[in-house]
Amino acid sequence: MSGAPHLGGPDPGSAGKGQTTYVDAIRAGLREEMARDERVFLLGEDIGVYGGAFKVTDGLIQEFGEQRVIDTPIAETAIVGAAVGAAMMGMRPVAEMQFIDFISCAFDMITNFAAKSRYRTGVGVPLVIRGPSGGGVHGGPFHSQNPEAYFAHTPGLKVVQPATAYDAKGLIKSAIRDDDPVLFFEHKFLYRRIKEELPQEEYLVPIGKAAVRRSGRDLSIITYGAMVWTALEAAKTLEAEGIDAEVVDLRTLFPMDEETVLESVAKTNKAILLHEATRTGGIGAEIAAVLSERCFEYLDGPLVRVTAPDTPVPYSPPLEEAFLPNSEKLCRAARALAAY
Amino acid sequence: MDLSREQKRDLYRFMRSNRVVEEKLVNLYRQGKVVGGLYRSLGQEATSIGTAYALKKGDIVGPLIRNLGVVLVMGYSPRDVMTQYMARATSPSGGKDCNLHFGDPDRGVISPISMLGALVPVMAGIALAGRMQKKDIVTMTWIGDGGTSTGAFHEGINFAAVQKLPLVVVVENNGWAYSTPFRKQTAAKNLADKAVAYGIPGEQVDGNDVLAVYAAARRAVDLARSGGGPTLIEAMTYRMKGHAEHDAQAYVPKEELEEWRQRDPLERYARTLVESGDATAEELAAIDRAVTEEIDREAEAAEKSPLPDPAIALQNVYAKPSSEKEPVVVRKQS
Repeated sequence: MSGAPHLGGPDPGSAGKGQTTYVDAIRAGLREEMARDERVFLLGEDIGVYGGAFKVTDGLIQEFGEQRVIDTPIAETAIVGAAVGAAMMGMRPVAEMQFIDFISCAFDMITNFAAKSRYRTGVGVPLVIRGPSGGGVHGGPFHSQNPEAYFAHTPGLKVVQPATAYDAKGLIKSAIRDDDPVLFFEHKFLYRRIKEELPQEEYLVPIGKAAVRRSGRDLSIITYGAMVWTALEAAKTLEAEGIDAEVVDLRTLFPMDEETVLESVAKTNKAILLHEATRTGGIGAEIAAVLSERCFEYLDGPLVRVTAPDTPVPYSPPLEEAFLPNSEKLCRAARALAAY
Repeated sequence: MDLSREQKRDLYRFMRSNRVVEEKLVNLYRQGKVVGGLYRSLGQEATSIGTAYALKKGDIVGPLIRNLGVVLVMGYSPRDVMTQYMARATSPSGGKDCNLHFGDPDRGVISPISMLGALVPVMAGIALAGRMQKKDIVTMTWIGDGGTSTGAFHEGINFAAVQKLPLVVVVENNGWAYSTPFRKQTAAKNLADKAVAYGIPGEQVDGNDVLAVYAAARRAVDLARSGGGPTLIEAMTYRMKGHAEHDAQAYVPKEELEEWRQRDPLERYARTLVESGDATAEELAAIDRAVTEEIDREAEAAEKSPLPDPAIALQNVYAKPSSEKEPVVVRKQS
């Protein structure tokens, strides 16, 4: 992946034995839930025999059969629509979007059918829609997007985005067990770049709980997904300059763990809202509003967003690098805020 | 035709109920008691009722707004429909959604959303789940000629065909999608032909002949139940009123309306029953009276039903209620 914009994160070569990558962790979570609960089934494009474009579901058709790992036509409306119907019948479908960009093709099914069903008719739709989001791999405008804000803006949906292998496994399991529709945004840059040792025993990561990844006292970087690694890298650089940054990984974007965010900012009194998605109407704007409403008196500086600009995701490496937030851009913003 | 005399009269009673409920709703609408639009199925009653009547207990339907007859066949009451239209707390959706937007899988009905075509893939998913759960479920959904232009219609039928799912898709070709005539909707000569492209059977039927509709639906349902996959039925009918009650349908040629008025499905079926000896004119008149009395009572009860408590507006977005209260402001201790 030479020439890839540096999103940060551990060196992929440094992992030891017995460690699980982000992609393997998602698969392990899916497998455990399928083994535990026969209502769980998967559907999507090329997920069965081929194992998925990113091999997230590799081997599962051999283990669970083609009734529970369904290769579908290229039809996201049908994939999510069928998942909605099956979920209404008490099944626990997990629909894959081959690239999360294609989730727009199923927008009606998600925002109008799945999200509103319980409210309108009392019928819950416990489905999971998962897929690879994010840039850094020169995928161009249609294989790099971060569309989470559209869905965090839709009442009835839950939105999660894990940053670590541990969370990827624990959150996919929680998403499958959740009684409401959950959108599970994976980051394709992380699939094979991060690994860690996972517990042998079963565990869940609760939806709606953020995690403080690094404790600091000067300013809080509130972020999620691959940008957690960017924030940690920047925090290291800033530390050498005498700026002590706290890094909060939201993990769930809706319902958001406002308490953890507030606690952090009440301590540091300054906040940077960092995300890879574009700026206007993004999750960062929502956090800024929450901070302004709920802990205005604690703020000692402006609420600063570090995000992608309001453009499509460009393809060519220098263009994509200019587009994506990175450690350098984050450090610049942090220095200015620390000095405020 | 395996319909008993009783069942044939039952069909008539449902068709009459469908019509009278709507006539009652028109009165309520003119009195300003209906909240929002009123969507008629005048002239299309045979299509709704003939198709739904071919199903059995345990089957699941996804009707649209002009399928009042379907929800009656599935066991919802005239009062349910009228409280829906009047946005009452006691309505099936509790005031959360309008008109025929209600349902409950346990009662065999999936609520539509307004986006046409969306029900087709969802009903395919219902059928898929039924197969996984080893349940004997046939699913049926309805769509207009206009709705067949949507992507969801295509994706849903295609998926159901590939998976050989027990799904019957009834296209009610009533000639009009709001103000758009059939010829501006599609270049296809007829909509049943679309089945060929999906590799499934397609059949065109006279949608104003309830017995013909029932027979076609029964063939499709039997095929679906035996593992033969989906069928596309095109029922030829006509929308005798505007898109909704506000629409005077000035765009509809008068002679065309008159032509279809001659083919009114209810009057036609009454003649058939009398001619075949399955009912006398007096017996049908008795059914009419009983239906009208029942619906008068139901309307009275519906009008007495309360409007919903505003607190309900915040409820049931998620399975577990979140903190739907004012956020707490964190203040510095002074």
